Amino acid sequence: MTTRTPARSRRAAQAPAAEAGPPADELPLIQLLTPEGERIPHPDYPLDLDPEQTRALYRDLVLVRRVDTEGTALQRQGELGLWASLLGQEAAQVGSGRAMRPGDFAFPTYREHGVAWTRAVPPINLLGLFRGVNHGGWDPNEKNFGLYTIVIGSQTLHAVGYAMGIQRDGADDAVIAYFGDGASSQGDVNEAFVFAASYNAPVVFFCQNNQWAISEPTERQSRVPLYRRASGFGFPGLRVDGNDVFACLAVTRAALDRARTGNGPTLIEAYTYRMGAHTTSDDPTRYRGNDEVELWRTRDPIARLRAHLVREGLADDEYFAGIEAEADALAADVRAACLALPDPHPLSMFDYAYSEPHAQVTAERAELAAYLEGFEDEEAAR
Amino acid sequence: MSPVSSGSPVPAVSTAAAGPQPAAPVTLAKALNTGLRRAMERDPKVLLMGEDIGKLGGVFRVTDGLQKDFGEARVIDSPLAESGIIGAAVGLALRGYRPVCEIQFDGFVFPAFDQITTQVAKLYARSLGTVRMPIVIRIPYGGGIGAVEHHSESPEALFAHTAGLRVIACSNPVDGYWMIQQAIESDDPVVFFEPKRRYWDKALLDESAAPTHRFDQAVVVRSGTDLTLAAHGPMVRTCLDAARAAEEEGRSLEVIDLRTISPLDVDTVAASVQRTGRLVVVHEAPVFFGLGAELAAQVTERCFYRLEAPVGRVGGFHTPYPPSRIEETYLPDLDRVLDAVDRAFDH
Repeated sequence: MTTRTPARSRRAAQAPAAEAGPPADELPLIQLLTPEGERIPHPDYPLDLDPEQTRALYRDLVLVRRVDTEGTALQRQGELGLWASLLGQEAAQVGSGRAMRPGDFAFPTYREHGVAWTRAVPPINLLGLFRGVNHGGWDPNEKNFGLYTIVIGSQTLHAVGYAMGIQRDGADDAVIAYFGDGASSQGDVNEAFVFAASYNAPVVFFCQNNQWAISEPTERQSRVPLYRRASGFGFPGLRVDGNDVFACLAVTRAALDRARTGNGPTLIEAYTYRMGAHTTSDDPTRYRGNDEVELWRTRDPIARLRAHLVREGLADDEYFAGIEAEADALAADVRAACLALPDPHPLSMFDYAYSEPHAQVTAERAELAAYLEGFEDEEAAR
Repeated sequence: MSPVSSGSPVPAVSTAAAGPQPAAPVTLAKALNTGLRRAMERDPKVLLMGEDIGKLGGVFRVTDGLQKDFGEARVIDSPLAESGIIGAAVGLALRGYRPVCEIQFDGFVFPAFDQITTQVAKLYARSLGTVRMPIVIRIPYGGGIGAVEHHSESPEALFAHTAGLRVIACSNPVDGYWMIQQAIESDDPVVFFEPKRRYWDKALLDESAAPTHRFDQAVVVRSGTDLTLAAHGPMVRTCLDAARAAEEEGRSLEVIDLRTISPLDVDTVAASVQRTGRLVVVHEAPVFFGLGAELAAQVTERCFYRLEAPVGRVGGFHTPYPPSRIEETYLPDLDRVLDAVDRAFDH
């Protein structure tokens, strides 16, 4: 956190102590697993995982990272137009994703490949929009996983609306709205907070603060830690170690249960780090130093769970090698499926403009079809 | 979707099941209110959301009494956040609801413009047809009520330019009653413009009569032989007045209520122009890049050799909507319409 002495003294001078809350640099980081892999208890967030469940989380993290690495490689080889890497954010995504019940619903940004994995969305589904063969193309209701949303923050309002629908259905499902530190400045995110608070909607706002919105540090978005934004809207905000899969799981599960039992929204700030570039089009060396990246490398989410598994004797080298092999096989499958993705037919652009006939679209489709057929006739005549 | 519309490409609303009621003159505001009520009675998934639509019944009273009868869960007073209204409607639609959103005034829709154009309009395509967005966005539009800034605009072209949205406008109580129900039954998002200065116009509404047209059809509301006037919403009455005045001068004008802006029912307009040979398009929105330009281009493509004169356009100017003391000069009126008619005949 930055220390802005003049700003803090101004705030101290204006705000009564009772409302000022903890100082900006006091981090009530909820952590259940240290970077060294030591399991530490937390009074509010008990988590009882058996060895198999613990290993399953490790497997999730490794497979998700491997698919992500393959996405970056496919972009570098020209098979994808773009890739948005989740490198470093695996624990935040897997932990929160695994906290969901089957009936819960996740509204992602465009970087939630790890959440998609926990919702059993086939990884290949995520590649279509990055390859340029569609804009997403999956049925959000099939796995209760919304379409990737590229306009920053828009999906948080969709999440609240969906949660309002849950209330009207009398169901005990809950919703997670994913967004980032940059999105926290968007009007839509703030309106989502207002609506969720006003209607006590069963929604969890899961903010992955990965410290960077492309080139802008979190301090450009907020003078206070992001989790503290919630208090002004009238619901709790928490900061969790986003590189600790146990903590992300336990805290999100508690927030979802709170939501589904009629106690309203929660903001979770998962404090993490974007280890890679914003996307494959970005060059982070222009705006951040290597020291920072190296510091966060020591907090790696996978390394710490692996250390925990070793320390507790829950897995051996053979197990780890098996997971690596499974990850490589998965990556090979994803690669093969990516290369096999067909380009859509040009006329398919007309197919889903409207669900019911629209005279303009019908006319333009016929016109373009006739035009394209003219080329086919020319080809045939040669 | 109600059973009556299944299998039909464009929803056909059923006649009221409540039995025949005597036709009585009602205002447009009341006709819309009754149409909303019928849609809510027919489908429990239909719900209304907007600012001041509950106890107050909306600033124009279009939702008057609906919260009392259908409850706060179905008639939702929203926080004052237009993007929030439309964004929440997207989520409700994903959950299987059919939200009808009220934007209080035309000029207040812009905070929601992002959600409407980047989300509502595109989710059907983004999902390759797996999710639909049966959202209706009601917008009172147009000037002539002596209002302050942002309360008199006609932004229909901005929405018509976005694929994925249907854009329609009612001009009278009978159409208002049917078209709002047809819009709600559509699985596509519909931006539904209501001419605010005509909210208090009255007409006989017979709920037991079937609607005569689909919501994607224009209607010839007055037959004529010499020139076609095409308009929507508030300008339909102005054009009818102009046609009556022209008749006294020996000119027979045909008047088309366009009703639908996206899609545009060019078939009906072109068929009319094939008869009359002249077309003048009238709307309150600025002429520049407006509906008139699109209609002029399409009619010219179809009727080039039949046109006796260039397609005329009458509308607002390329200025911010003026203060109300001079809005009557900005808005097309009977004289400006007839002036354009004269020019078409003088050509």
